[in-house]
Amino acid sequence: MTMTDDAPATASIPSILDDELLALEAHAIFVLREVASECERPVLLFSGGKDSAVLLHLAEKAFAPGRVPFPVMQIATGHEFPDVDEFVRQRAASAGVELIVARVQDSIDRGRVADPGPLASRNRLQSVTLLDALAERRFDAAFGGARRDEDKARAKERVLSFRDAFGQWDPRNQRPELWQLYNTRVRPGEHLRAFPISDWTELDVWRYIGADGVALPDLYFAHEREVVARDGMLVATGPHTPARPGETPWREIVRYRTVGDMSCTGAVRSTATTVTAVLDEVIAARLTERGATRADDKFSEASMEDRKREGYF
Amino acid sequence: MQLLRLATTGSVDDGKSTLIGRLLHDAKLLLEDQVEAVAASTARRGGEGLDLSLVTDGLRAEREQGITIDVAYRYFATPTRAFIVADTPGHVQYTRNMVTGASTSDVAVLLVDARHGVREQTRRHAAVAALLGVHHLVLAVNKLDLVGWSADRYHEIVADVHALAAGLGVAEVHLVPISALHGDNVVDPSPNTPWYVGPTLLGLLETLPIDDAVAASTGLRLPVQLVIRPRVGSGEGRWYAGHLSGGSVAPGQEVVVLPSARTTTITAVEGDGAAVRVQLADELDVARGDLLAAADDRPIVVTELEATVCWFSEQPLRAGDRLLVKHTTRTVPARVVAIEHRLDVETMEHHATDVLEMNDLGRVRLVTATPLVVDAYRRNRRTGSFIAVDERTNATVAAGLVADRQGSGEP
Repeated sequence: MTMTDDAPATASIPSILDDELLALEAHAIFVLREVASECERPVLLFSGGKDSAVLLHLAEKAFAPGRVPFPVMQIATGHEFPDVDEFVRQRAASAGVELIVARVQDSIDRGRVADPGPLASRNRLQSVTLLDALAERRFDAAFGGARRDEDKARAKERVLSFRDAFGQWDPRNQRPELWQLYNTRVRPGEHLRAFPISDWTELDVWRYIGADGVALPDLYFAHEREVVARDGMLVATGPHTPARPGETPWREIVRYRTVGDMSCTGAVRSTATTVTAVLDEVIAARLTERGATRADDKFSEASMEDRKREGYF
Repeated sequence: MQLLRLATTGSVDDGKSTLIGRLLHDAKLLLEDQVEAVAASTARRGGEGLDLSLVTDGLRAEREQGITIDVAYRYFATPTRAFIVADTPGHVQYTRNMVTGASTSDVAVLLVDARHGVREQTRRHAAVAALLGVHHLVLAVNKLDLVGWSADRYHEIVADVHALAAGLGVAEVHLVPISALHGDNVVDPSPNTPWYVGPTLLGLLETLPIDDAVAASTGLRLPVQLVIRPRVGSGEGRWYAGHLSGGSVAPGQEVVVLPSARTTTITAVEGDGAAVRVQLADELDVARGDLLAAADDRPIVVTELEATVCWFSEQPLRAGDRLLVKHTTRTVPARVVAIEHRLDVETMEHHATDVLEMNDLGRVRLVTATPLVVDAYRRNRRTGSFIAVDERTNATVAAGLVADRQGSGEP
């Protein structure tokens, strides 16, 4: 198998939305409009990551020329990349929507969760902060950018995923989704997670970003930064992720496939500075052969990280 | 790039898991870590090489654990098409799963074991696919290696399938002789079937015409999802936003607002694809739940509805039961006036009954508290379909297909 023989033609980014992207976009817009119309207090979970950036872009199109009729909410671990934080603020402002920041630190201060220590990942604590924020503000629907191609378990999750009063998902008791008829009914205290881009693959997301000009944080494109090698990943050094004893930082041209908590998000070596170049890398990663180079192993580690992280939402 | 939605059905015994694994593997769509996981899993079970049924192993694991088996969605793309696969298990709760999977699909792929030919399960799955208006039925005749690649056996099955399809009124039936286990005619043409000149299964899926579901066979249908008032400085006038659910829309078009039946003219259209918003010439009271339709091809406005439903709830449906009906963007209270018959999908016969049990298909008559604006399901899948919700539990308890004739008691 060689890449030139087997690389799907999906590598190309259409200059306008092609049939496939139009169909995916129309469905996502339909879901955004249905939930906004039928639920009382929706909110859009906005991390600044590529999937949530696509979601906010779709929301602007769904309600144009009007305003997006719900706020966006960032679940902040306190270990965000500063430039992603800035992107979240700017993007919320340009969309003309309220930005709510729910902080994991507040959950720690209030004793809702134990402090894992200053340098540890706060990824798993986010769920508590999210559920508390949804309950406090009585949100009955939360839009998320999760996709069903991320892993086997998510293959069966619905576009509208029902959560009980404890925020729990019961995979054995899901509502069947027929045609384009979505049952949005919840009781007080219960809520829906709405996933308008459920049917999109990673390739679809990148093709759409390229074809429709979706704004992304610069971290998604190749740049130079100081990194250390840790757990088979390249980890950026920073206030929450200093080099540990025995680790030697060096400067490297990298980009991120996902922009989560700095303490647990790995970078990949890359020279991709455009959406087209990133898409080529995504496709190459999919076709990685057995016995691939070490750099490719890291690619695949990053992709697993991707899935785990985004699975939270 | 085009998008094709398909539903696959069949049991593990028919080789469905192997077929899906084979499709993904031979089309070079598996990630390296997936291939390694399958190889390791195969070795653990004492096998050699790759047992491709393990690629989509989720269903088997669930069966062993006794968890409810359900529709799972899978995605793959080739250079020309992206595919969304609604993977529906064959045995357990097959009606509910098949109805759910088929409701969003253009194509149904059914597996037939060449040793057994067309069986009851094949008939049931084909009948549900036909009822749900799936345009193309693809039968993958599997395990031909186990009947010695017999052309005679294959042609017997072809004849049986065509007879079945004619009885169901399915227009487009396609058959492909395959071995999912060995990969014959799945992605690559087989040297073992010189008597077969058609495309491989993937070749067929890549070239089947995609029916324009939006155009359907009705004129314009635009259920209003919401009314948009522009931001300051973004123009004037109200926009009516929705998903184009029939025909086409253009400025200058004469439309009727239903159920109020006021006519007006479209003055502006914006949006990409089916997600559109329009402006109207007259200041009318138009809200979510209303429907804009072609003035010269109108749906009907009803408060009494004849429909075929698939019942999903453990609690049986009886005359007198109350339900919430969600149809397009309108949700209305409804009451079951009568259950007219149950449909036996193996024989297509009607049986008189006054109760529908879980997974039954049957004809019911409903009365709604406020009007619905409907087309027959066979004319338009979007304006001819509805779901029913139990108001006490909020569960989705039924899928409904609007009958061809209303108020006649006929099909």
